[in-house]
Amino acid sequence: AMEKMSRVTTALGGSALTGRTMHCHLDAPANAISVCRDAAQVVVAGRSIFKIYAIEDEQFVEKLNLRVGRKPSLNLSCADVVWHQMDENLLATAATNGVVVTWNLGRPSRNKQDQLFTEHKRTVNKVCFHPTEAHVLLSGSQDGFMKCFDLRRKDSVSTFSGEAPEAGRADGEVLWVCHRPPDVFPESTKKVGLEVSTPPSRPPRLGRRQACDSSPQSLQGLPPWLLSLLEPLTFSPHGPPPAGQSESVRDVQFSIRDYFTFASTFENGNVQLWDIRRPDRCERMFTAHNGPVFCCDWHPEDRGWLATGGRDKMVKVWDMTTHRAKEVHCVQTIASVARVKWRPECRHHLATCSMMVDHNIYVWDVRRPFVPAAMFEEHRDVTTGIAWRHPHDPSFLLSGSKDSTLCQHLFRDASQPVERANPEGLCYGLFGDLAFAAKESLVATESGRKPYAGDRRHPIFFKRKLDPAEPFVGLASSALSVFEIEPGSGSMSWFVDTAERYALAGRPLAELCDHNAKVARELGRNQVAQTWTMLRIIYCSPGLASATSLNHSVGKGSSCGVPLMNSFNLKDMAPGLGSETRLDRSKGDTRSDTVLLDSSATLITNEDNEETEGSDVPADYLLGDVEGEEEELYLLDPEHAHPEEPEYVLPQEAFPLRHEIVDTPPGPEHLQDKADSPHVSGSEADAASLAPVDSSFSLISIPHALYDTRLPPDFFSALVCDMLRFYAEQGDVQMAVSVLIVLGERVRKDIDEQTQEHWYASYIDLLQRFCLWNVSNQVVKLSTSRAISCLNQASTTLHVNCSHCKRPMSSRGWVCDRCHRCASMCAVCHHVVKGLFVWCQGCSHGGHLQHIMKWLEGSSHCPAGCGHLCEYS
Amino acid sequence: MRLATTANEAYTASLAVSELLGCKRCGGGRGQDEELGIRIPRPLGHGPSRFIPEKEILQVGSEDAQMHTVFADSFAALGRLDNITLVMVFHPQYLESFLKTQHYLLQMDGPLPLHYRHYIGIMAAARHQCSYLVNLHVNDFLHVGGDPKWLNGLENAPQKLQNLGELNKVLAHRPWLITKEHIEGLLKAEEHSWSLAELVHAVVLLTHYHSLASFTFGCGISPEIHCDGGHTFRPPSVSNYCICDITNGNHSVDETQVNSAGNVSVSDSFFEVEALMEKMRQLQECRDEEEASQEEMASRFEIEKRESMFVFSSDDEEVTPARDVSRHFEDTSYGYKDFSRHGMHVPTFRVQDYCWEDHGYSLVNRLYPDVGQLIDEKFHIAYNLTYNTMAMHKDVDTSMLRRAIWNYIHCMFGIRYDDYDYGEINQLLDRSFKVYIKTVVCTPEKVTKRMYDSFWRQFKHSEKVHVNLLLIEARMQAELLYALRAITRYMT
Repeated sequence: AMEKMSRVTTALGGSALTGRTMHCHLDAPANAISVCRDAAQVVVAGRSIFKIYAIEDEQFVEKLNLRVGRKPSLNLSCADVVWHQMDENLLATAATNGVVVTWNLGRPSRNKQDQLFTEHKRTVNKVCFHPTEAHVLLSGSQDGFMKCFDLRRKDSVSTFSGEAPEAGRADGEVLWVCHRPPDVFPESTKKVGLEVSTPPSRPPRLGRRQACDSSPQSLQGLPPWLLSLLEPLTFSPHGPPPAGQSESVRDVQFSIRDYFTFASTFENGNVQLWDIRRPDRCERMFTAHNGPVFCCDWHPEDRGWLATGGRDKMVKVWDMTTHRAKEVHCVQTIASVARVKWRPECRHHLATCSMMVDHNIYVWDVRRPFVPAAMFEEHRDVTTGIAWRHPHDPSFLLSGSKDSTLCQHLFRDASQPVERANPEGLCYGLFGDLAFAAKESLVATESGRKPYAGDRRHPIFFKRKLDPAEPFVGLASSALSVFEIEPGSGSMSWFVDTAERYALAGRPLAELCDHNAKVARELGRNQVAQTWTMLRIIYCSPGLASATSLNHSVGKGSSCGVPLMNSFNLKDMAPGLGSETRLDRSKGDTRSDTVLLDSSATLITNEDNEETEGSDVPADYLLGDVEGEEEELYLLDPEHAHPEEPEYVLPQEAFPLRHEIVDTPPGPEHLQDKADSPHVSGSEADAASLAPVDSSFSLISIPHALYDTRLPPDFFSALVCDMLRFYAEQGDVQMAVSVLIVLGERVRKDIDEQTQEHWYASYIDLLQRFCLWNVSNQVVKLSTSRAISCLNQASTTLHVNCSHCKRPMSSRGWVCDRCHRCASMCAVCHHVVKGLFVWCQGCSHGGHLQHIMKWLEGSSHCPAGCGHLCEYS
Repeated sequence: MRLATTANEAYTASLAVSELLGCKRCGGGRGQDEELGIRIPRPLGHGPSRFIPEKEILQVGSEDAQMHTVFADSFAALGRLDNITLVMVFHPQYLESFLKTQHYLLQMDGPLPLHYRHYIGIMAAARHQCSYLVNLHVNDFLHVGGDPKWLNGLENAPQKLQNLGELNKVLAHRPWLITKEHIEGLLKAEEHSWSLAELVHAVVLLTHYHSLASFTFGCGISPEIHCDGGHTFRPPSVSNYCICDITNGNHSVDETQVNSAGNVSVSDSFFEVEALMEKMRQLQECRDEEEASQEEMASRFEIEKRESMFVFSSDDEEVTPARDVSRHFEDTSYGYKDFSRHGMHVPTFRVQDYCWEDHGYSLVNRLYPDVGQLIDEKFHIAYNLTYNTMAMHKDVDTSMLRRAIWNYIHCMFGIRYDDYDYGEINQLLDRSFKVYIKTVVCTPEKVTKRMYDSFWRQFKHSEKVHVNLLLIEARMQAELLYALRAITRYMT
């Protein structure tokens, strides 16, 4: 910092700027400000204000009001103001009515107005003095023209039209770049007037502009390049094109280093580069922004850099030295960019302000485009003008605003968003770990979580070099939290096992279901196993039934329809029993089943079902029971129970099944309510009795006829589809696809094609990631979706090379085009093999499949007679 | 009513709708249908516009490939090819942008639910008693699941929408009165509050439909024929309007009158074009020579603004608002007309201080992404659209004329361009044209075929439609500017 200060001091010629952050109230909103080169005065201009303030150490002091005269004139309604950087007495303003006014502070009278140029037809958006030439002023207007004025003359010296020279040439194309040494200049200007051409499509103008007569005597003292311009222009046959055809000019800026160059920005997003000597066409043009480019600024040191700001909320820095303008930096702001100004002495810093919504001034380091380096928040309305106080002092910024204040900001008083911007992030690791970084205070409020101390498993090997463009370090810190996956829990071995062991086809449905249920159970996936069993019951129960003894509770229902509570399987004991129904129900904590059926209030208690009693699963819904077959007893862990999952399933056993009803239970809490109700009989440990169900509680009321006819499997298909969707949504697409394949036509029609395809595609993708090619192929084969089954048909070509010349055989698989020989001859019949060719891996002789098979039945030697003992299996 | 006897035969077909429903005002005969006892909706036989002969309008099926895709997209999005589209197709470039914007506003991502959007459309169109748009959107509203009860009047809609009524009213008739208090009232109404994004969406919809109502009347758009099942398509409550409600009883006689008048003045109107061309030429030339003083310029604007208040058709008769539509808005007396007679003062809005390109766009795009871009595009296309023709002349630079029209409309709303000489307006726009502009923009429900025919008599219909595009876009921008400025002020 000290080093910088000393540099500044030298740059300022020994008198360092002093001052503080301060503001003063203006009478009216400001539109623009500009600083005098002595860095001690600032001019503020707006619709109804035009004043010069002296910048003192403690305050702004009004020095001069330039708005004089009785009546307010639109000529004084300033859109822009600029103070000449060579001449302390010279100012220029751009008026909203299209007038360009110059002001001479050296005039003795009260009215300092010097010249009035009324050449523009629309609002003038910008005026700009030549950085070194005392009398040259440039203006850019809404009418699409830029005009160059020599202040010693009454008219503009040249006019530049923003109209694209030819349609379709924009969009970043360099029209042409002219590198002409200045000494050949006078000759080339001779051509200027003659080269002016209008596009053929343009309609003739209604009126022709009169050629202005330039009198030679007024030309003395003009720079030679300006003089040479005059002659050709006066006989320009066309004059400017009609207004409205060309795009409005939003900003014009003379290059600080290139004497002849200026840049102009347009409402359609283009930026043009002009040579002041060549008004006929721009040197180059490119599209910089989407929508209007409101401002531009040449880098004070780097000759090729131009910063542009647009309505698209971007600031872009262009390198203009290359053949094609190259975007070197881009800063995304939160609102349209109204002004942009490079910060003195800081190569990568620039200040911006917005014309809508956002009132702050930001200073950006273009290499760190996401967080502003500094922020000034003094203004209460949009900032309309910003200016660095001195071209070599980076710490003083002046600004004018619509809130009618003029401010001086000191860089050291700026707020630094970085201090509050802590790094945040969220990321999944390769092994399923989840890490996130957030504000410490946020994390601390959550109990029991400690900041991550570093990865114990993986040491950090890489340390990055610090880079100025890197995000800021150390100002605001975040806590890093990591959720680690327990070793093994992320394992997908169950998936692989399941995929390999599942049977999907080739056996009766019942067997498939049983097999798959067994596989699932062995892998500890009880819910899946149960699902398979249920499917079996639903879709293939009757034929398998056989008589078995029962040890379950039996309820005797009323003769008409029994209202069902919750859901469960309902079965007839035997056809002869008619209305005898059996309901099993087991509640979480109870070890016995107690069901009160209906208004007849028969209480049935199933005393200590052994299997249930002995089970170590805490809460289980025992639905049926088994005789001897342990594995047919399935228990459902309530923790894994899902409301959509049918929980009460009666495994079909030895008794004939007539009805199965699987329905969605209302949920465990419902049961709880009932259990806590006063109807619970005395000993909770022994029995939970439920009150007779009222009709509102029942979900399904089964009509009498139900007992006579079996419910068709179609009855369940909606439920099964829901179940498949449930699995798919849970991420177990394996289950969804497997069931889909196993059930085939039974459910396929109820799920739309697209969903099926989606499931298949996901499952196949997963299988292939686990290199389960065979299973994947089987799935493809078994799928009925056309989009999936065609996967097997793709890239099935086998390319063969000729056994003689080793070149690929392109046209046919058996004749080589090059050596005109047949590649694969049958060793038995000596004919060309065009279909299946089988060959011995030992001696590489072979032939027609049939022939070889036949041959090897009788002989164990190679048919070619090579003596090899071929094997065929 | 005048049309009943003289023009009955020629317009029997056109009266089909009123016949069915027995309009008492125009006394449209109910004849042939009674015999059968069946009500058969019939095409009106006018084509999409009552002002423009059907043969002048592009026939569906004869459009080029590009237009065909525009039509197809429009049909796919709306399920119809409405008459507005068929008239706008005179200017395909604009139509494309218009449909894109409208589709985005009504059907794409946005803060408001779909039925709200259509209901706001109904509210806005009802401000101008535009039964055409109201009918269209009543259908759409019901189609997207809107509650039919709401259609019984604004008081049946949720409080939130009722709150919007005031803004709708002011925006439609006196947008310069919108203050940040209006905005605050909408945004801070406890549980009925609008969010800023919703409000911007609503404002865009309101302005869109206010100006679309202008277009509908300005081009005399015929009611849609919902060919099959027209009755069911049209909700019973709104369906019993009569053609005379829309045209205010002027639709048939005028045609004959103007035809005869037109024959007499063919030579006059020929000179009209010539004179206009000459004036433009003069203005172009003298603009460089003589500059009016600042005071002069300022007073020219004031004069134009004040005069625009009094520009009204001489046959401006009192019209009671169409009964059925009027229930969508409570205060029928609140219109542009009332205060213009009392000579109210419209404050001046300086476009250099708040303009669409710099300010409005950014605000809209911030709160309702992408819509700013779409509207911006539409404004640009409308403002810059030209074929370099004027009536029978070709290769004319019409930018001056277009700018005069645009600025005249903004002038009526008190919006001033510092860099414009309002004297030009007086030179370029004659009285009948001003009457038309004024009526279309401020009280579109009063546009008559006579007005449409009596301005720019030698100009083509496509050029008159072009004028309408300028009118509606300028109006929309003016309303948007006021509303958005109020929102900006609220935000700062």
